[in-house]
Amino acid sequence: MLNIRCPWCGPRDEIEFSYGGQAHVPYPGDPATLTDAEWAQYVFMRDNPKGVFLERWMHAHGCRRWFNAARHTVTHEIYGTYKPGEKPPERPA
Amino acid sequence: MSRIPGAGRIDRARPLGFTFNGRKLTGYAGDTLASALLANGVHLVGRSYKYHRPRGILSAGCEEPNAIVQLERGAHTTPDLRATEIELYDGLEASSVNGSPGVRFDLGSIFGLASPILVAGFYNKTFKWPKAFWERVYEPALRRAAGLGVAPDRPDPDIYDRAHWHCDALVVGAGPAGLTAALDLARAGVRLVLVDEGAAFGGSLLRRPAEIDGIRGARWAAQVERELASMPNVLVLKRTTVFGYYDHNYLMGVEKRTDHLGPGRTKGVARQRLWHFRAGRVVLATGSLERPVVFGNNDLPGIVLANAACAYAHEFGVSLGKRGVAFVNNDAGFQLVLDTHALSRNISHVVDARATPSQALAAQAAAAGIEVLAGHVVACAHGRQRVSSVEAQPLSGGGSRRLACDHVLVSGGFNPVVHLFSQSPGKLRYDDALACFLPAESLQSVGVTGAANGRFTLASARREARAEAARSLAKLGRGSNSGVTPFEDELRLKPLWSVQLALDRAIPGKHFVDFQHDVCERDIRLAAQEGFRSVEHTKRYTTTGMATDQGKTSNVVALALLADKLAKPIPEVGTTTFRPPYTPVVFGALAGRDRGELSDPARLTPMHTWHVEHGAEFENVGQWKRPWYFPRAGEDMHAAVRRESKAVRASAGVMDATTLGKIDIQGQDAAEFLNRVYTNAWTRLAVGACRYGVMCKPDGMVMDDGVTARLAQDRFLMTTTTGNAARVLDWLEEWLQTEWPELDVYCTSVTEQWATVAVVGPNSRRILQALAPGLDLSNEAFPFMTFREATVAGVAARVFRISFSGELSYEINVPAWHGLALWKAVMEAGKPYDVTPYGTETMHVLRAEKGYIIIGQETDGTVTPQDLGMDWVVSKQKRFIGSRSFSRADTARGSGRKQLVGLLPQDRYFVAPEGAHLVASPRFSTFDPARGSPSIGHVTSSYYSPNLEHAFALALVADGRALLGQTVQCALEGGLRAMKVVDPVFYDKEGKRRDGID
Repeated sequence: MLNIRCPWCGPRDEIEFSYGGQAHVPYPGDPATLTDAEWAQYVFMRDNPKGVFLERWMHAHGCRRWFNAARHTVTHEIYGTYKPGEKPPERPA
Repeated sequence: MSRIPGAGRIDRARPLGFTFNGRKLTGYAGDTLASALLANGVHLVGRSYKYHRPRGILSAGCEEPNAIVQLERGAHTTPDLRATEIELYDGLEASSVNGSPGVRFDLGSIFGLASPILVAGFYNKTFKWPKAFWERVYEPALRRAAGLGVAPDRPDPDIYDRAHWHCDALVVGAGPAGLTAALDLARAGVRLVLVDEGAAFGGSLLRRPAEIDGIRGARWAAQVERELASMPNVLVLKRTTVFGYYDHNYLMGVEKRTDHLGPGRTKGVARQRLWHFRAGRVVLATGSLERPVVFGNNDLPGIVLANAACAYAHEFGVSLGKRGVAFVNNDAGFQLVLDTHALSRNISHVVDARATPSQALAAQAAAAGIEVLAGHVVACAHGRQRVSSVEAQPLSGGGSRRLACDHVLVSGGFNPVVHLFSQSPGKLRYDDALACFLPAESLQSVGVTGAANGRFTLASARREARAEAARSLAKLGRGSNSGVTPFEDELRLKPLWSVQLALDRAIPGKHFVDFQHDVCERDIRLAAQEGFRSVEHTKRYTTTGMATDQGKTSNVVALALLADKLAKPIPEVGTTTFRPPYTPVVFGALAGRDRGELSDPARLTPMHTWHVEHGAEFENVGQWKRPWYFPRAGEDMHAAVRRESKAVRASAGVMDATTLGKIDIQGQDAAEFLNRVYTNAWTRLAVGACRYGVMCKPDGMVMDDGVTARLAQDRFLMTTTTGNAARVLDWLEEWLQTEWPELDVYCTSVTEQWATVAVVGPNSRRILQALAPGLDLSNEAFPFMTFREATVAGVAARVFRISFSGELSYEINVPAWHGLALWKAVMEAGKPYDVTPYGTETMHVLRAEKGYIIIGQETDGTVTPQDLGMDWVVSKQKRFIGSRSFSRADTARGSGRKQLVGLLPQDRYFVAPEGAHLVASPRFSTFDPARGSPSIGHVTSSYYSPNLEHAFALALVADGRALLGQTVQCALEGGLRAMKVVDPVFYDKEGKRRDGID
């Protein structure tokens, strides 16, 4: 059970949140100009790193706001959470 | 009786009667079931799992593999409890879980005679043929012969609590190390929780002679407990086992609150409480478990661990017999033997595998009249239902000595309890000198101290606990690491796993590694020989460590034996994974109050009571209870649905549509927003009008559909499917928050704020007119796909002229509070037209007759609007979520995609099962009866239509629209059933009925 710091509500148990996959994968500005391969890259392909992963969460059973988290996929340590539009925290050494 | 006068912490003034295997016995307050049995001279407590060998009590704690009992009877019964952990209460009733007809004479012991063939993998190798025999013959027989306890067959009469607790530090284990660390942490002011599984704090201090600060260990523990309990920043929990260590220092424990009082004696009090801890720092002071040595017939009753014998003497005042022999390989074990003997005065020999035991210990033994056989091992034990002698053999070779005895104390070393640490997750390292696994690095903020960290003497354990407390305070930012330096102490241990290994020759008798699963040394060797190299595979093949004790006394021995056979160092073989729970947890504690009605909330519409009163059968749709059909006397579902569907098309029906998801969407950019999420155009929809919309995921697959009305220039009311309401709201919020924060749009769920009554059928206009006399209901004034605000049955309402049946239909929305009144008013006004309440089943039949899709039935996440024949709902002019995907090669391909079609079975009464696969007709070239035929699609909806007087179905079929008029086969176990491919609209193709048929 992760302990996740919602940027609006503070630290709460993981069961209050829903997961939203990789962060910073914006909807393409003009999909019509993309090749099939480029569009497929957006629709189907996501990173799966061993290490720090920038990912989206939503405080579903709280304020219902989306935010981003920098989580280590091995240790589950969360180095920081941040609001949409904000910069991710510095990568830990 | 085998009580030692004056010894132990039992209350001799409070005798307690109890029953074991039908025999009435007496113990004292402060006893465990195990100590009370031993005090009564009962050593034989059960039969083993596979060979049905007589078994006795091995330990005095949670690691017990043999003394497994069924406690109490009836609803209160609990299977597979360890007698060593059960606190005695008056009237306790327990029985052995194995043994038929009784433990003293067990028919199953015949398995012992067959044991040469009952080796590892025996079941897999033997009970393979014939195949059907496994389920019918072998498995039931084996389960009867080898089962453990019996689960209760009645509902659990007890109640269970749950608590969440946040703290700075959680200390697990209140032995000398845990108490020492807790005291330092508590005095520094941190919010602390101290947890121990025992009924009293003190751990090993309660079970052996020890002094701290000049007072007896047990008294010192009580003093510390009092001080801690009086501090406002400390929570102390006894009888609580922390059984699981999860991410972000989240740990779970179960507190046994009334088990020690007996069942049913504390009405209204929760029997157990499930604790959820979140700790800034965790300190594990979980102690160690002594491990046995493998020798011949090492499972005979009377053979116990040295620390258990010491505990029975010092905590319970129980002597294990008249003449004991000890078998040790280390100083700590030797000390336990001397400590035991100090009270029991019954040890005759210490057989020490080391050539030179510590001088101090040897001198003490000599002074106590104990003969020490240095450099010897116990090769095997003799006896039938109790050990009667052992063979002591010198390791250097030479003749053996037979030592008569009625009990044996064994100490093969100690395994730190690293279970929780390992779950944290933490890496272990193997210590050659101590011959055990010790905690190394963890991914979380956790410290391990005391015997759990390999500090096996009181002084070193306490010193290190103080160092750990200082380290924890520094981690919590509450002080600096004070620089207390722990010191190493010597266990002076000679690693010894099995005497056959040490003597390098075969010794008669059975050599048990895992007592509870009857795994012997030869099983481990056989597994290695057969190619099982990974410890995880060996575990599963031999089932070592897979019994209810999870191998607490056997795992390390097993992997040491495997390492020897594989000629690898022990750390290279490694341990199996430690998984929660540390000890078994009853399901009731995990379920807590979430039972029965509280296990899952039920959502009820305001009209629910009416439906119940009128005999509705209900269907679960998400958490909603929806009327399924309204049977009249003598009707089954088929008959009810037949009557309901005919009534709707002939005159009028009424349906509770409250559960449909409703989302109020407001803001300057609301229309633009809908334009982006729906596949069709929304900006020019007039206020007062409604439109059907389909939304897709970026991959172009249909996600949801529904009708949305424009309430004002900047306000819409979106409806969603019942089961998808929350998902659609999440979806809208996600796009608004993460992609288009610049849009001025606000979404609010209003599903529960409105009750919806759908009045459907040719007479619906007349019924509504009676309730809303002021409202012009003509087709011209109130056309299809519009809505009006009006007073209906005296209540302000929104009336939508939309239809999910193809009939003239009005969906009346009123504030939920008025839902029941409106429903009753409709029933009253509808009387002249015999208005018929109908449920979801009839709704499905009616919509399918019109070829209307249901999300999740005609769609499964792989279906585009075009596949459904709904190109008309997909705009070619604008961009929306998923639009780009319609030109992808896969979605745009000219052939091969599954398309929605209708099917009419050749046999008009054949209702094809939904999900049934379709194959090409035998007349087609693709059909090959020898090889079968590939599936070309499947049935998505299938009903009998009373209006068509014909069964019909909707289906997704590859290139289905090209097959119109042809026959496909529904492939079922009983054979092929022919079905004709037709247009998916079966009823009123011209769509005349939606305006009424007057």
